[in-house]
Amino acid sequence: MTGSQTLGVKVTAIEQITPLIKHFTLARRDGAALPAFSGGSHVIVVMRGADGRVHRNPYSLLSPPGDLGSYQIGVRRMEESRGGSKFMHDVLSVGSALEIANPVNLFPLEKRGRKHLLIAGGIGITPFLAQLEDLAETGSAHELHYCVRAPEHAAFLTRLQRRLDERLHVYYDSAGAAIDYEALLARQPLGTHVYVCGPAGMIERVIATAGACGWPKSHVHWEQFTAPPVGDAFHVFLARADIGIDVEPDHSLLEAIEAAGIEVPYLCRGGVCGFCRTRVLEVDGELLHHDHYLSDTEKSGGKSIMPCVSRARCRKLVLDL
Amino acid sequence: MSAQFKPDETFRGDFTFRNSPAAIRRFPLPFPEDDYMYSVNLEPHLPGPPGSVTEFAIDIDEHYVAECRERALVLAAEPLRFQALPHMMSAQWDCLELIMESLARDYPEHFSLARQGNEWHWINRPLQIDRRFRFGDPNSLPQPPLEFITRQAPGDWVVMDQRDGDLWTEAGMVTTQADWSLDFDVGMTFKEWHGPVPLAHEMHVFDRALKYLLNLRLGAPVRRLNWTMTVHPRLDTSPENYPHWGPDRAKVTPQNAGDLAHLRVELQALWRLPRSNAIVFSIRCYLISVRELASIPKWARRVHRVLETLHPALVDYKGLTRYRDAVVAWLAPRDDGAPTTPGTAPD
Repeated sequence: MTGSQTLGVKVTAIEQITPLIKHFTLARRDGAALPAFSGGSHVIVVMRGADGRVHRNPYSLLSPPGDLGSYQIGVRRMEESRGGSKFMHDVLSVGSALEIANPVNLFPLEKRGRKHLLIAGGIGITPFLAQLEDLAETGSAHELHYCVRAPEHAAFLTRLQRRLDERLHVYYDSAGAAIDYEALLARQPLGTHVYVCGPAGMIERVIATAGACGWPKSHVHWEQFTAPPVGDAFHVFLARADIGIDVEPDHSLLEAIEAAGIEVPYLCRGGVCGFCRTRVLEVDGELLHHDHYLSDTEKSGGKSIMPCVSRARCRKLVLDL
Repeated sequence: MSAQFKPDETFRGDFTFRNSPAAIRRFPLPFPEDDYMYSVNLEPHLPGPPGSVTEFAIDIDEHYVAECRERALVLAAEPLRFQALPHMMSAQWDCLELIMESLARDYPEHFSLARQGNEWHWINRPLQIDRRFRFGDPNSLPQPPLEFITRQAPGDWVVMDQRDGDLWTEAGMVTTQADWSLDFDVGMTFKEWHGPVPLAHEMHVFDRALKYLLNLRLGAPVRRLNWTMTVHPRLDTSPENYPHWGPDRAKVTPQNAGDLAHLRVELQALWRLPRSNAIVFSIRCYLISVRELASIPKWARRVHRVLETLHPALVDYKGLTRYRDAVVAWLAPRDDGAPTTPGTAPD
């Protein structure tokens, strides 16, 4: 996407729903309907700070997909925020203007599935809230397993209970509860699809357990947006633009390129979609790959980088941009 | 273009289909150069110049009413030209919305759509349809939603579900096709569907096209042109009906090629659909006789050169083996060897 294809929205409601999570409602500034979407979609929210810094963060849409009057997102304050979630929490108020891009779904439900097993960790609950609305429409079997630190962190619990009843299973770390992944996956009917969104360890655990239980890869779905990690500053040369830029510790490579006025196509800004893949022409040090897109061979090959989340530790990095 | 419909023209039997001079001038010639080879020629489906076939998202031209009648004739004989697998219902509604919204916005003199929540009122004046229905409720329409709206929409429509990193052909309305069958291809992946296309697989055209389409964005449709040739202005050149049209290819001679042979151009547009995350692929067929085409001197030269130098594998795949030479011979006296100007616009 490019900056020109955004929708102008304003914040119409903000609610602090847990000590760390705020719930935002967004509506078009011109009053028009928002685009319909499918459960699992996210939008990129463009935030312009007073210092001129632009943040573009992906947030899953958690409102009912049939509601075109407003979108809802949930934002967790990140302890090591580079500024995006801090901006959302501290700067926005009701009436604030934002730009968002059209929804993109990189975590869709499999429409032919007869049973859907949803596993969420913490803020990873958000895409499932919209998916549950889609599942209620189709009537296919589903259940949700939701892990949170402690009861006060269990966002959207009332809405989930109302929607799911006995198909909701909540696990509190504070009470020592945990999902028994082996038992959970082993007892599913053949052909079940599993979806997981949460911390990296949870996703890896589900993928590994499903593999060990003999589940085909096509039935294992996950989404993890990686926030661009903070790192050491480094210098990049953009060969086609013929300019050198510095990437500050709390800026991503993609943000630094955009700040220099160069557009790179992207969809997720979280190391998932592969859209911003960029050719590396020269590097005299180490590429620090943080994405989930490139294969291990491609990562070690050093010919490509995903600038949305990945960095470099080197004296010289030349990109084909 | 404010089109004067020609409701009585036919695409079978006496073949009374003709292009008006205005329709000839707006014909989407797919040859920007004097030779032709495949490419991933996708571009954003943005509004083109006023009067062009891409001025609006969906083009309504002088043949609209006659084409819809032709579609109804095909469906009456072969209902399986429309198909939709059960999990494609949300995509069917997405398509209905896309087509109704586009037509009502771009051709208010012909179509109107009033939405009150899920209570919709659709009016199609050229086809004299006035229908109230409940969006999302298939029982409120006389046919499945995709069939209902594509009986009123020009061109073929194929809907692809996206999963497992692939696109699956799982719904569609296909009655104006260049020798392929939805009934045969339904359920196939993107590369299976395109399996018969020569050369392109080796050129990795489909790897690149698939990767591009998997990332197709809502609100950012894309398009391309494709082409072949057909004897007579026959829209329904389907494998099912091969006995009716296949033998025609032996009738073309250097004397009659200008009137019998038609260039068949497909304006293909692809949209990401919002509720289903599926992709709809519209394949709009434009026909023009070689004589009509040659009324534009630049096009006579251009098409003569393209056909003369066409790769033999493409001659075979496009079904031109029997009559390409006859068309080239008919066009030869109309090509004086002068250079052609770049692009496709008539001089």
